Amino acid sequence: MHKLLIDRPGEKMLLLGNEAIARGAIEAGVAFASTYPGTPSSEISLQFFQISRECDLHFEYCTNEKVAVEVAAAAAACGVRSMAVMKHVGLNVAADAVMTLAYVGVKGGMVILTADDPAMFSSQNEQDNRYYAKLSGLPMLEPSSVEEAHRMLPYAFELSEELAEPVLLRTTTRINHSSGVITLGEIRPRATRGRFVRDPLNLVTVPAVSRRLHVKLLENFARAQALSEGSPWNFIEGEGPWAVLCSGVSYNYVKDALDELGIADRVRILRLGFSHPLPARRIQEFLRGSEKALVVEEGEPYLEEAAKTHAQEAGLTLPIRGKAPDLFSRLYELDPSTVRRVTARYFGVPDRSRPAVDVSDLPAIPQRPPTLCAGCSHRATFYEVRQAAEELGLETVYPTDIGCYTLGLLPPLSMADYLICMGSSTGTAGGFSQVSGRKVVSFIGDSTFFHAGIPGLINAVFNNHNFTLVILDNGTTAMTGHQPHPGVDMKQLKLENYGRVSIESVVRGIGVSHVTVIKPYRVKKSIEQIKEALSFPGVSVVISQELCVLYAKSLKLPRGKPFRVGEKCKNHRVCMTRLACPAFYIWNERIHIDANLCTGCSLCAQICPEHAIVPARETAEK
Amino acid sequence: MKTTRLVIVAVGGQGNLLASSILAEAALIDRVPIRMSEIHGMAQRGGVVESALIFGPGHSTIIADGEADLLVGFEPAETLRALGKCHRESTVITNLAPLMPFTVNIGQGVYPDLKRLQEIIRAKTARLIAFNATALARDAGNVLAVNMVLLGCLVETGLLPIQAASVHTAMEKKIKPDLLEVNRRAFQAGAAAARENAA
Repeated sequence: MHKLLIDRPGEKMLLLGNEAIARGAIEAGVAFASTYPGTPSSEISLQFFQISRECDLHFEYCTNEKVAVEVAAAAAACGVRSMAVMKHVGLNVAADAVMTLAYVGVKGGMVILTADDPAMFSSQNEQDNRYYAKLSGLPMLEPSSVEEAHRMLPYAFELSEELAEPVLLRTTTRINHSSGVITLGEIRPRATRGRFVRDPLNLVTVPAVSRRLHVKLLENFARAQALSEGSPWNFIEGEGPWAVLCSGVSYNYVKDALDELGIADRVRILRLGFSHPLPARRIQEFLRGSEKALVVEEGEPYLEEAAKTHAQEAGLTLPIRGKAPDLFSRLYELDPSTVRRVTARYFGVPDRSRPAVDVSDLPAIPQRPPTLCAGCSHRATFYEVRQAAEELGLETVYPTDIGCYTLGLLPPLSMADYLICMGSSTGTAGGFSQVSGRKVVSFIGDSTFFHAGIPGLINAVFNNHNFTLVILDNGTTAMTGHQPHPGVDMKQLKLENYGRVSIESVVRGIGVSHVTVIKPYRVKKSIEQIKEALSFPGVSVVISQELCVLYAKSLKLPRGKPFRVGEKCKNHRVCMTRLACPAFYIWNERIHIDANLCTGCSLCAQICPEHAIVPARETAEK
Repeated sequence: MKTTRLVIVAVGGQGNLLASSILAEAALIDRVPIRMSEIHGMAQRGGVVESALIFGPGHSTIIADGEADLLVGFEPAETLRALGKCHRESTVITNLAPLMPFTVNIGQGVYPDLKRLQEIIRAKTARLIAFNATALARDAGNVLAVNMVLLGCLVETGLLPIQAASVHTAMEKKIKPDLLEVNRRAFQAGAAAARENAA
């Protein structure tokens, strides 16, 4: 049985934040869950995916976050508890649905989880999604710990049902990817079937309906604010003349800082876990009687601006500060020592904590960025595209997209020139080809193509752009941990009742007239095929098909035999300088291949000018 | 009980997260408050994997610069890179077998000299235990058990508020039965390395 289905209330379990969130949802009786995977949220849906194979929980990997919200919204419209899970930028994709879903509301509880990524451990920006609560008018909950996240989920569903609208639950990476000990609660039975009641005057958002629904949204806002005023998720701790307002993980750093600075008896904390609508009166009462207040929050001055507004309304003039050059930055994430240092400075108390060792005189340490795996087919495709463009003497622009292949940015491949968001490779390619006068070759992965690449390609066909789109089809959503997508053969995963969408059919159906499917490990042939595609005036598509090596390993597919560098090697190091596969290493000034890492893709063997790279076994026998 | 902060750094694939989860599970067995965080988005793509474990009272799940009482590095250059996590009284344990970053292979940067690396760490912290954990893992029967060698060394120092027996129980829970024996041997080899260092 899946560990998150264990029905032993009271038992303690050490869980990753994302597991604790999934467990909280299961305890709340979530019956319908959907997602598009994205770090740091991915493990939540992985749990749902696994759990759905053992019970009647319905779970979908969706083409994108907008679809994930829509399927879940319909389930909730029928009274079924539903949850849509996404990373912070996924909410941008889903925003169109969410903004008006806020008007329409739900019957069954619906939780939209947004996993923000301050400091951008694995994201293209660090936008602060608390503003989506303000923008949409929906309530937002923010846990400070793994344990609280687990407890907060059942409440989120109850709140959603009480207000009849979705609830945004915002986490940050340090909740999702921290582990803590939780106490298992009771699992509420799942209601997987609901009833749809036709009610077009409340459910079909034509202007006349929406004008009324907006009134309802504002009424709900007032009800939500009243709940927030009395909510135990907003609590005050401590006594003293100084005030700290905080939410999320910042609360932990504040607690530790006050203890370490020895000023826990001089500071009152207002922790805001029900962070939209904020409890205005509670904030005013909290600030009244304080000498000065510090707002400790990651990202934007969301709480700070609210605290200043509410203080002004109450005629309070105490200093309230947070984001400032001498205090907290809007950049990146907070940490315990930053919070301790700033808190000490603001309240004028000494910080006697031990300083970090001086690292200013350390020798230079070579960078270790993540890189494409040994045997990754993207390396082969990148090499081949570059080779084809060079042979044709083309000046190029290489827009790229979001996935493992974004790592093609790094030398020696250096195959990424422009990236903004999921799917941007297809849209931007049109603009670059129109104005740059250079040959545009765009890269997009299979899952990203389904997610947001298709409209850009349709646009290119309609507007008669001139570029080549290379679809790197490795048969899975590799970057986030090998989640399925509509192009995946689910039978390989021993799963029935799934359809399958062929990328090639989609591309041809869109009307792309030059479509080539290549096998990237056949280097010479692929280069010739790519050259043809690059020479085509108009939109051409190259689909490079080869299973992700890590995914193939997880499917227990047979692996290629390793290669070795043989005696013919003249140490030109073309393999290293052009490919830099992580299976290569240098020992005694010569290149060697780590047989444990080599997957036998033979890319290096095919490009070695001396043909010195040979199957390991073959030469061993000689 | 005082709070003990441990940072473990490794290269993706070295088994840092398994080692961390064994320690956290052992803390759960010993009823020691435990909080843990990890950055592992690109673990399988050869990047750096860092985990933070905080034993004892407190709230934070991450360890800022200067806060780590213990730093364990599965790879020497990564140990050096993470040195800023330490303070004057920290204990550092490091593997001495390098894993060459591909940036060095393509001529971007020079790998630090291992002798100098040890001198630096020794000069800046209270104690350094440095040895070739990869070789000990290989001798124990599986080069991939380098994580258990370093875990054995760490537990043997007695600086963590958890019992060795609880770590063994956690290993039984987290490691596949057929791999348990070799991992236990690796653990013991690491423990012996710690004793040699102390002697």
